[in-house]
Amino acid sequence: MTELLQQVINGLSLGAIYALIALGYTMVYGVLRFINFAHSDVFMLGAFTAFYSSRAMGRWGFASGGFLGGLLVLVISMAACAAVGILIERLAYRPLRKRSTLTVLITAIGVSLLLQNGGQMVFGVNPKAFPNIFPSQTFKLGGLVINSNQLVVLGVALALLTALHWIVQRTRIGTAMRAVSFNATAASLVGIDTNRIISFTFGLGSALAGAGGVLYGMNYPSIEPLMGNSPGLKAFIAAVLGGIGSLPGAALGGMVLGFVETGVSGTRWSTYRDAVAFAILIGILLFRPAGLLGRNRIEKV
Amino acid sequence: MPSWLNRSQLVLVAALLAAGLAQFFSNHLDSYVLSVAMGVGINIVLASSLNLINGFTGQFSLGHAGFMAVGAYTSAVLTGKLAAQLNPIFGGHVYLLFPFALVVGGLVAAVAGGLVGAPSLRLKGDYLAIVTLGFGEIIKVIFQNVEYVGGAKGLNAIPDYSNLFWVFGTTAITVYTVWALLNSTYGRGFLAVADDEISAEAMGLNTTRYKMVAFVVGAFFAGIAGGLFAHLNNYINPSGFDFNKSIEIVVMVILGGMGRHTGVILSAILLTVLTELLRQFGDYRMVIYSLLLIVLMILRPQGLMVWPFKNPLWFYLKAYWPFRMLARRPTS
Repeated sequence: MTELLQQVINGLSLGAIYALIALGYTMVYGVLRFINFAHSDVFMLGAFTAFYSSRAMGRWGFASGGFLGGLLVLVISMAACAAVGILIERLAYRPLRKRSTLTVLITAIGVSLLLQNGGQMVFGVNPKAFPNIFPSQTFKLGGLVINSNQLVVLGVALALLTALHWIVQRTRIGTAMRAVSFNATAASLVGIDTNRIISFTFGLGSALAGAGGVLYGMNYPSIEPLMGNSPGLKAFIAAVLGGIGSLPGAALGGMVLGFVETGVSGTRWSTYRDAVAFAILIGILLFRPAGLLGRNRIEKV
Repeated sequence: MPSWLNRSQLVLVAALLAAGLAQFFSNHLDSYVLSVAMGVGINIVLASSLNLINGFTGQFSLGHAGFMAVGAYTSAVLTGKLAAQLNPIFGGHVYLLFPFALVVGGLVAAVAGGLVGAPSLRLKGDYLAIVTLGFGEIIKVIFQNVEYVGGAKGLNAIPDYSNLFWVFGTTAITVYTVWALLNSTYGRGFLAVADDEISAEAMGLNTTRYKMVAFVVGAFFAGIAGGLFAHLNNYINPSGFDFNKSIEIVVMVILGGMGRHTGVILSAILLTVLTELLRQFGDYRMVIYSLLLIVLMILRPQGLMVWPFKNPLWFYLKAYWPFRMLARRPTS
């Protein structure tokens, strides 16, 4: 029983991170109808920004490792990632707005590879130890072992999800986002600047990915330039599982995938963890391509 | 010209003879030049077979290295661990073991291609790319976990059977097969699927079947290329067939212009030779590849190796043989 509860806690904190990344995939898909391969590398940049900014803060005498310091690191990473996301969209994707999906897809793969290999050149190939940016403590509740980092991950993820929900449902720009996602041409006809909304969406999604990177670094404190690959693919699977284009779906899919993955890790099939995730993807694409919470789109000639 | 041999078949026979001739004189060549030349041939096979899937049929696959791995491992096991059991079958003709191993490797890769393609080819565009990427990674993970073929350490002491004849013979057969397939009545369907799947289906073409055929044939040749690769390098390990390897092949296809025979061959030659020349900048290679992809897609999505159509000189040249092949993409 305690072991099951322990797995639930681990699954929740992993699932929350997947949910944050999956939201970025789903939002970009909502407005531009393509899968932003580079998203997982923005996630990696988030972790590295946190690594360097917490180091810089330590050098300038800020209390690194305190709660406020940790929040500051988180905000810096999110801002940096938002900027990178907007820049990527402006430089690589905007020139291709009217081109075929295949062209955009290849470009996205190119951007992803550029960030990974550029990262290897700039940050070095060897893994780095992620610092304790929040005060870290381990609690024991009965047989349960809970790290305070896991609680921070859950708290931050929950706060960000709430904030995102508020932005998308209650603000003007969120309404515009939904309008562009519903029908881009109609949205531009009623005076919405679609390019601005797309930039904003990229910024928002990338900021969430950056936060995901920081939280991932806190839970698995070894970061390297290729770290985005595996969680990125998992988050993509989560987005498809929940129904791509649907925000609650992405959050749900992330949670489900987090649970499944910690569940598989606990058994003797743990080396096939990634294969199980892909089996889920293939299964969902075959039997319910719209995802758990998505709507079917009918292709018209 | 005998009547039972048309011109393209004649070219194939000539190419096979040339490969044999090259092998006959190969001991005059520097061994480094020889290995680069064979690398060129293997990459042409890989790029042409991927071109059938990605270019002509328009199905974006990112798992080509996985099929290459299947062929490489199968043939390496046949010529290595199982050689003692297999050799008696060939009697005195032990030299037949290698082509046998290559073909079996290709067939096993084709079966793998069928298994991967059957569920995933229902998907389109981005989804297909991700699923093939996933399958490629799964194939890699499986080889990492199988101790019989060395697990993550890989397989070494593979006999060096690859030579100019086998490599360029395979190259000629691959290029001919893809070319002939595309120029047959049946083969026009591939182009139709790429141009507009819904219209193709409305015209009564079985689009799923076309995609499967492209996938299986592509995987078959990728498997053979894997076998040649294994017997050229004498060593293979699972991480040599990762996503980056797939991307390398994809870049060759895109640079040459998707769905163009000659352009893709030229770009496979160019990129292989460039990689060798830039070996000291090896760390930057993937950075350059990725930048190349982005810039190409923005400025010249039709590929680099496609002749500039608006050049007046080109207007005259394109009527003649070597240039004519650059100019035209068979259209449906």
